[in-house]
Amino acid sequence: MKMPLLKVEGVSKYFQDPRSKNEFCVFSDLSLSVKEKEFVAVLGHSGCGKSTLLNIIAGIEKSNGGVVFLDGRQTVKPGLDRMVVFQNFALMPWLSVQGNIKLAVKAAYPEWDKASIKQRVDKYVEMVNLTEARNKKPAELSGGMRQRVGLARAFSVNPRIMLLDEPFAQIDALTRGVIQQELVRMWEETGITIFMVTHDVDEAILLSDRVLLMTPGPGATLAEEITIPFARPRTRDRLVEDPAFFKLRDRIVAFLGHRQAA
Amino acid sequence: MSNSNPSTLSVPSAAAAPPSGGAAAGKRIVLKAVDSGPPRAAAGGLGQRVGGNWMVLSLFCLLLFLALWQLYSTVGNEKFPGPVVVAEHAWYFLSDPFYDNGPNDQGIGFLVGFSLARLATGFLAGSVVAVVLGVILGLNRTLFKALNPYIQVLRAISPIAWMPLLLYTVQNSGWTALLVVFMASMWPTLANTAFGVNNIKKEYLNVAAILQMPTMSKVFRVILPGAGPAIVAGLRISMGSAWVAIVPAEALLGSLGLGYFVWNEWNNLDIANVIFAILLIGAVGVMLDMLFNRLAKSLAYTD
Ligand SMILES: Nc1ncnc2c1ncn2[C@@H]1O[C@H](COP(=O)(O)OP(=O)(O)OP(=O)(O)O)[C@@H](O)[C@H]1O
Ligand SMILES: [Mg+2]
Repeated sequence: MKMPLLKVEGVSKYFQDPRSKNEFCVFSDLSLSVKEKEFVAVLGHSGCGKSTLLNIIAGIEKSNGGVVFLDGRQTVKPGLDRMVVFQNFALMPWLSVQGNIKLAVKAAYPEWDKASIKQRVDKYVEMVNLTEARNKKPAELSGGMRQRVGLARAFSVNPRIMLLDEPFAQIDALTRGVIQQELVRMWEETGITIFMVTHDVDEAILLSDRVLLMTPGPGATLAEEITIPFARPRTRDRLVEDPAFFKLRDRIVAFLGHRQAA
Repeated sequence: MSNSNPSTLSVPSAAAAPPSGGAAAGKRIVLKAVDSGPPRAAAGGLGQRVGGNWMVLSLFCLLLFLALWQLYSTVGNEKFPGPVVVAEHAWYFLSDPFYDNGPNDQGIGFLVGFSLARLATGFLAGSVVAVVLGVILGLNRTLFKALNPYIQVLRAISPIAWMPLLLYTVQNSGWTALLVVFMASMWPTLANTAFGVNNIKKEYLNVAAILQMPTMSKVFRVILPGAGPAIVAGLRISMGSAWVAIVPAEALLGSLGLGYFVWNEWNNLDIANVIFAILLIGAVGVMLDMLFNRLAKSLAYTD
């Protein structure tokens, strides 16, 4: 079998409670793997440790044991091979749309000349339909537009894997649908592997090939793995006509709800 | 137009804030910065409520002041020059600002120029050192904690108090005046830079880390712009205190400039000229501050 692109092995994370000074375990000995070109979602309740897991994979948070492999090599620090799309966008507020993407392109390709950099920036600005707004600062953009910048910035450096931390949580439902489709389109166009964490069941089913269900913490685990059977291209409209969608959804909700109660 | 005024109005309070604020924050690790976002403060400040009436009120205060002054000089103390006399003296100087009759008799334009050149040199040098140090301290908590007590002590010392020691050491009044300006320019910028850098959102640094930015580009593309508004607020206060310090420095050292001018006129017992000099010092200070107001606006960002 082919080696997985991303492999997380026995990762643990403990935090110290600021008041009681007790250590509590967000998760321990957690493992998963993601294949090349796959779209994998981790689905779990708010606070179960999804961001923590994603940040450990990204290298911006230290784990308390365990290893993350990318392309079979152990990762030791953050890098351009694992671009993160943050829940709160994390755009530089003093830079325009173009400026934010350029920051990334320049960092990824320091040897490029101005023209090549500009060309690449323009391409990705256009890819997310922000050509009109390219000179605006993040504060002048809607949430949806900001997240488009976040996506364009991440795609523009051509990472091995994209790590998406609830990328659509702060975007209104109507815009969300549009950007979700854009994400799928970019994923298919670029062939870049995507690892996403979310608490939105429908989103996970709509977008991913495989969903990993995360139980609520402390001591969260990845309890179940579900392969999403629906053919692509998927649209919300088509999914809701399929009884199998509701069955799957009910199963997931029941699983998470059951764990929640326990 | 109406937007630029609140920030100009807020200058005195901003300038007054850092020494006390910084000292009070001594117990906590972070230094208090004064006002890292001038436009934000402006938006929520006086401007909104005052509307257009401030101009009338401002003019009224000026007239009231001139009237009281005139009253004092006519009935209170007849030797004290009134506004008209001072205006005449001012006209005398301002109508021919650039003459040169040897080292001790030069046009007021030259005097202002000397002071500004001295200010610019000392201020630039002080600011560069302060920003570099501030970035280093802002990025390194241990170093910050180790050095903060000394910074607090040093900033509490008026730059004028250093003068005898400096003069004794460098043996040159020109250099001493520059060093006084240098010292006066250091502390607000240093404190604000360290504060601004220390308070840059973690997420921006995370992005820099993911992009694997080399240290120098991280500093220039993320840290300095991120701390930009705080740094400029510091620079602005520094400029103010440097301008405040330059007058006694020039007066005491006899370095040609506005401070020398005011002291010289006092020695001549020409009070009208002294008053003119005072007003001129204030006017130049305000203009310098307006320059910084503009800079602050260009660097401000909302997140
Ligand atoms: N720096 C920290 N110090 C202490 N506890 C933390 C810290 N960061 C996160 N936690 C705790 O770890 C747990 C997991 O947090 P995490 O942010 O990973 O959750 P999440 O699943 O991403 O939640 P959400 O869906 O709300 O984003 C939470 O209980 C949180 O309170
Ligand atoms: Mg989260």
